[in-house]
Amino acid sequence: MSPEPADRPGSSAPRSPGVRRAWAAWPGEVASRLAPLALALAFVAGLCALLGASPAAVAAALWDGAFGSADQAARVLATLAPLLLCGSGLLFTFRAGLYHLGVEGQLVLGALCATGAARALWPGLPAGLVVALCVAAGALGGVLWGALTGALHTRGRVSEIFAGLGMNFVAQGVVLYLVFGPWKRPGVASMAGTEPLDSALWLSTLGGTELSPAALLLAALALVGTAVVLGRTHFGLRLRAVGLSPEAARVLGVPAAREMLAAFAISGALAGVAGALQVLGTFHRLLPNVSSHLGFLALLVVMLAGRRAALVAPIALFFSALNVGSLKLPMTLGLESSLSGVLQGVLVLLALLSPWKARVGRGGGRPEEA
Amino acid sequence: MDDGGELLSLLATALAASTPLVYAAVGETLTERAGVINLSAEGSMMLSAMVGFAAALTTGSVLAGFAAAAATGALVALVVAIGGIHLRRSQIAIGFVLAMLCADLSSVLGGPFVRVPGPTVPAMSIPVLRDVPILGPLFFRSDPLVYASYLLVACAWVFLYRTRAGLLVRAVGEQPAAAHARGAHVTRVRTAATLVGGALVGIGGAAYSLDFKAGWSHRHTAGYGWIALAIVIFGGFDPVRAALGACLFGVLSSMASLGQSALPSVPAQVFSVAPFALMIVVLALTSSGLLERLGALLPDAARRPLLRAFDATPPAALGKPYPAAADGAEARPRGADQGTK
Repeated sequence: MSPEPADRPGSSAPRSPGVRRAWAAWPGEVASRLAPLALALAFVAGLCALLGASPAAVAAALWDGAFGSADQAARVLATLAPLLLCGSGLLFTFRAGLYHLGVEGQLVLGALCATGAARALWPGLPAGLVVALCVAAGALGGVLWGALTGALHTRGRVSEIFAGLGMNFVAQGVVLYLVFGPWKRPGVASMAGTEPLDSALWLSTLGGTELSPAALLLAALALVGTAVVLGRTHFGLRLRAVGLSPEAARVLGVPAAREMLAAFAISGALAGVAGALQVLGTFHRLLPNVSSHLGFLALLVVMLAGRRAALVAPIALFFSALNVGSLKLPMTLGLESSLSGVLQGVLVLLALLSPWKARVGRGGGRPEEA
Repeated sequence: MDDGGELLSLLATALAASTPLVYAAVGETLTERAGVINLSAEGSMMLSAMVGFAAALTTGSVLAGFAAAAATGALVALVVAIGGIHLRRSQIAIGFVLAMLCADLSSVLGGPFVRVPGPTVPAMSIPVLRDVPILGPLFFRSDPLVYASYLLVACAWVFLYRTRAGLLVRAVGEQPAAAHARGAHVTRVRTAATLVGGALVGIGGAAYSLDFKAGWSHRHTAGYGWIALAIVIFGGFDPVRAALGACLFGVLSSMASLGQSALPSVPAQVFSVAPFALMIVVLALTSSGLLERLGALLPDAARRPLLRAFDATPPAALGKPYPAAADGAEARPRGADQGTK
């Protein structure tokens, strides 16, 4: 079994009967991608109409909110970075067959460790070095959290879903403790977070916008690296074996627990970096809502992408544009900005339930690999 | 004397705080005993809290609110049932997406109801019982919803362990193949358990928005659904222990307000993560076998109750589709579903 050329976990048409079958299957493939989108759009359009807003006006407002000005577009790209990083990490754990809901907590812990490093090292060291060490600390924090979750799963035999969720809450608790306790702003402790970092530590942004090119570049590199590692290396193949059947992998000499732990740790590192970048590039402080649910959103992205690295980028961009675009909905149309979340959720739900998917996906993989 | 009164009122507050969780956790326990994970509780509770409040406000009837909330919870559960049981997609994925989706939907639809005063469940103390020392103020001076939750826990226990139907639910959760061979409609039983469980989760949401913290604001019940899921495991998939777990959470969260003055450095919010920390510890202790090894050091008489009190073994077929995916729907023996009793 050689590594597949592109990184598709058998969800395309079966390869063996020849190219013609694959070509014959492509309308189904396209339908399987587009039908959920069309239905989700119809659902949300109906919802808008129900709430008394014209769907066309909502679409226009969303577009305007996301790409209406350079500032908005930059913000879309700025939100894309953490999504790509968390999504890359999730590709590893999904490949190992794990539902890793703990990505949110890893991001939070990454943000926490980055803030801690900044507090400890600044102004003793040069700013550039501190920033690099903050990112490294974030990665380390994420690895720690990922490894703990992984150990709970592999050693403690706790379902990775509840281990991850539990660790999310614990991370949240630690951040709340720090923000309201030892790290509180002098005088007022509030949900607004800690004292802002010194502006020398802020990531440089593109011409006054929120976009930090360094963060986006790092995220893009992470995604490409993930695609290469998963698609072209022996490690990627071993992860896939574990994901398809841990028992079979064990029989074939692949230690499932070790590979799972590695997947948790890698996803932790990537999500931790995302958290560090949120602190250094976006918020410039630690606040209880530092994750802004981006970890969970990344889960939706990867689920919709069918765990293909190539699809993660466009879907993440789409979701990021929806998130940013919807921020203006309350002002312009009096609708809640959560409307974007509804569209994202319905889209992923319909993709999961789509009957086309099952047929197309029969080529291989577990049934859960919808 | 005064201290005793204070402690009683603290415990009574704790019980009130735990009521929404009791409904949700008992409902989810029922679903999971049938082998289905309904991970949507967080969103489902939030959406039903919103719908329940909106329905009660517009109709002026609290009962209508609870009915609407139960219907909402059941509707969300229906999606899980269709996707996770009938189409045999991942229950985890569907439940998780629903949790996100319903939370956002509650914000979108609930806009007009934010911070609007609305009806609540009227207080009603029970005539004779309220005068019983200690027990009276603790259990019998609140409202019908709380009393109904006591009944629910008892009924759930009797149903699961003392009725044929309850045995059937447990059977499809543990050994669906064996239950099928005995003539049970596995998918039908699971669907029913999922819908009933979902309706109870919905009632839990309304218990929040119509009673415990009456009203609606954005993400009003945030965190409660996840906590309910944790409590189900913490309670070892048993309705009575789940209810006790919910009470423990209530005590923890009402202690938070007291702890505020005693330990000013610890913010109240930190206490809200306690159930999860406890859940992880209990899960790790029981599933890794560490507890059994620790128990081996104890005398027999102490070991049994300890192991039983902390046992959190999930139903054997929890989250697994039936019939197993490999067979495919076509491979299922035709007519087996209509097997005779």
